[in-house]
Amino acid sequence: MKADVSHIDAQAVLAAVMNDAYPDERGRFGPFGGRYVPETLVPALNRLQEGVDRFLRNPEFLAEFHAELNSWVGRPTPLTHARGLSKRWGAEVWLKREDLAHTGAHKINNSIGQVLLAKKLGAKRVIAETGAGQHGVASAAACARLGMPCTVYMGSIDMERQAPNVGRMKLLGATVMPVTSGDKTLRAAVDEALRDWVSDPNGTYYCLGSAIGPHPYPYIVRELQSVIGREAREQMLTQTGKLPDIAIACVGGGSNAIGLFHPFVKDRDVRLLGLEAGGIGNGLGQNAASIAYGTPGVLQGTYSLLLQDPNGQIQETHSVSAGLDYPGVGPEHALLATIGRVQYEAVNDDDALEALAECCAAEGILPAIESSHALAGAKRFARANPGKRILIGLSGRGDKDMPTLQKTLLKNEVTGG
Amino acid sequence: MHHGNQISEAIRQARAKGGPAMVAYITAGFPRREGFIALLNAVASASDVVEIGVPFTDPMADGTTVQRSSRAALEQGVSLQWILSELTNAASKPRAPLLLMSYLNPLLAYGLDKLPKAAAEAGITGFIVPDLPLEECSDLRTALNQYGVALVQFVTPVTPADRVKVLCDAGQGFMYGVTMTGTTGKNVAVPQEVLDYFARLKQAAKVPVCAGFGIRSREQVMRIGPYVDGVIVGSALVEVIERGEDPAAFLRSLRM
Repeated sequence: MKADVSHIDAQAVLAAVMNDAYPDERGRFGPFGGRYVPETLVPALNRLQEGVDRFLRNPEFLAEFHAELNSWVGRPTPLTHARGLSKRWGAEVWLKREDLAHTGAHKINNSIGQVLLAKKLGAKRVIAETGAGQHGVASAAACARLGMPCTVYMGSIDMERQAPNVGRMKLLGATVMPVTSGDKTLRAAVDEALRDWVSDPNGTYYCLGSAIGPHPYPYIVRELQSVIGREAREQMLTQTGKLPDIAIACVGGGSNAIGLFHPFVKDRDVRLLGLEAGGIGNGLGQNAASIAYGTPGVLQGTYSLLLQDPNGQIQETHSVSAGLDYPGVGPEHALLATIGRVQYEAVNDDDALEALAECCAAEGILPAIESSHALAGAKRFARANPGKRILIGLSGRGDKDMPTLQKTLLKNEVTGG
Repeated sequence: MHHGNQISEAIRQARAKGGPAMVAYITAGFPRREGFIALLNAVASASDVVEIGVPFTDPMADGTTVQRSSRAALEQGVSLQWILSELTNAASKPRAPLLLMSYLNPLLAYGLDKLPKAAAEAGITGFIVPDLPLEECSDLRTALNQYGVALVQFVTPVTPADRVKVLCDAGQGFMYGVTMTGTTGKNVAVPQEVLDYFARLKQAAKVPVCAGFGIRSREQVMRIGPYVDGVIVGSALVEVIERGEDPAAFLRSLRM
């Protein structure tokens, strides 16, 4: 159950990672992961596991999934040479454009895959949680596409700061349930979705949006999101003839990061860098950087690194980006951090916003504030390591962030004309 | 399976007198830290077993009442350490066996190496951990059992028959039979199929069976009573305490 992380044999675990040994049959990524849920959900998770075993690598299911990815999501997404940023940063910068995927972020890869799985499993309705609203919009769209009723739980604070996405979900036919319990953000939304699922574990499919939660969710999300890294790896080889020196992604729960990193994990010469939300400082409650500042514990079904106090109470987090505002991280990231295969750092609010502005000006691309953490981390890396080939996962577009940007970057702008 | 004998015995003895045993739940330190032991004694005077809730920030199996009481307790700084020290130092302690009901993370933070001894010294005879299914529980169970402390297992209406058997084989103290799918505190009508489920559970169980989640009225207790050894009253009792009413009088009013 509980492992003392300091006793891990990093070399042996790294070898196991290279050997695709994780998750093991108990849903473990080394000491992390597992399945910490109320007894009511155990049969539902067992059925989900059976469905995963039956469908997730089944050629017919994959053909259907990839047909949706190609004709409806708009994959493959492009790999863009960021000429302006390259020049400014003294590097060769490439952007994997998940902002161009349908509904504006990588979240759709997972949602369409899971809703397809829900249909195969005979579910009658789909529920989802959302932070920034991107997973909610993606799930609402996937449910509309495949003819499933959809309910999305969203913290009331997030509903305010991501208002445009609330309207989109409603237009796409979803019921949006405001969550006023707990911290009123992503973590409270996950708690409420779990409570809904506990009430109807047989008829409801819980479409979890990040690489968190009880097994097999971290595995499902990795499998469905790995399309990002597979495409990017192939595109790097086709467009530059080489792999990148480093691949960089932002990490909240960690779905886009695991999707980008996973296909590169065995490429030992490719460094991997994850950027967490550093918020306004390194104190408890000032950030959402669970790997940088967290300790091991169990939250929402999985054993991972958490922002908690000495009594095991989960701490409220802060980030300018709703999508990274979560006090835990996917168990596979906790493992990759522990063995050092992926390096994780924090980027603060201001640096993320500055990188957002720079990307707009230099590339004509408005990135999500989440993705801007990766851009800021890439800039920092480029300054310290000149001339490197850098692949950045641009996980989503920033249109949804306009309410926040009006209050931050644009607060001194005078409107009118 | 002798761990949690004291709990099983208390339930059996109460059952032998007629109606189902009364298992009462309170959130530690709610509504106020001051008076925790006095409230515990008052509740214990009208019940056979008491569950003491350790507040947690993310009680995913609980409804709005226990979410509210947990938050209020946390805001006053209630922690597992405080609860155990209050119990250890209490001048008068209830005769009814005491269990701690806690989500896993506060237990991990306390340390599984120190917890069983400290709990036993505080007079705790069992643990209920709603986010710890059987497959993940061996470390905690082994640690607790070294001090004779029981780990209670849950069974729910959606648990398949073969799993019911496995859970019953692992049962200690009592089997926590969840009356419905869902979180704590909702009102349950108790249809015939739920009674049938408890009848099946009773047959498979090696320790007493208690029904919990949504028990709030004398009518429900009368209807479920013949099929189980005990009933667990949680959210309804917390609401009584929240309104400043007499918890012992409420518990007595549920008796058959």
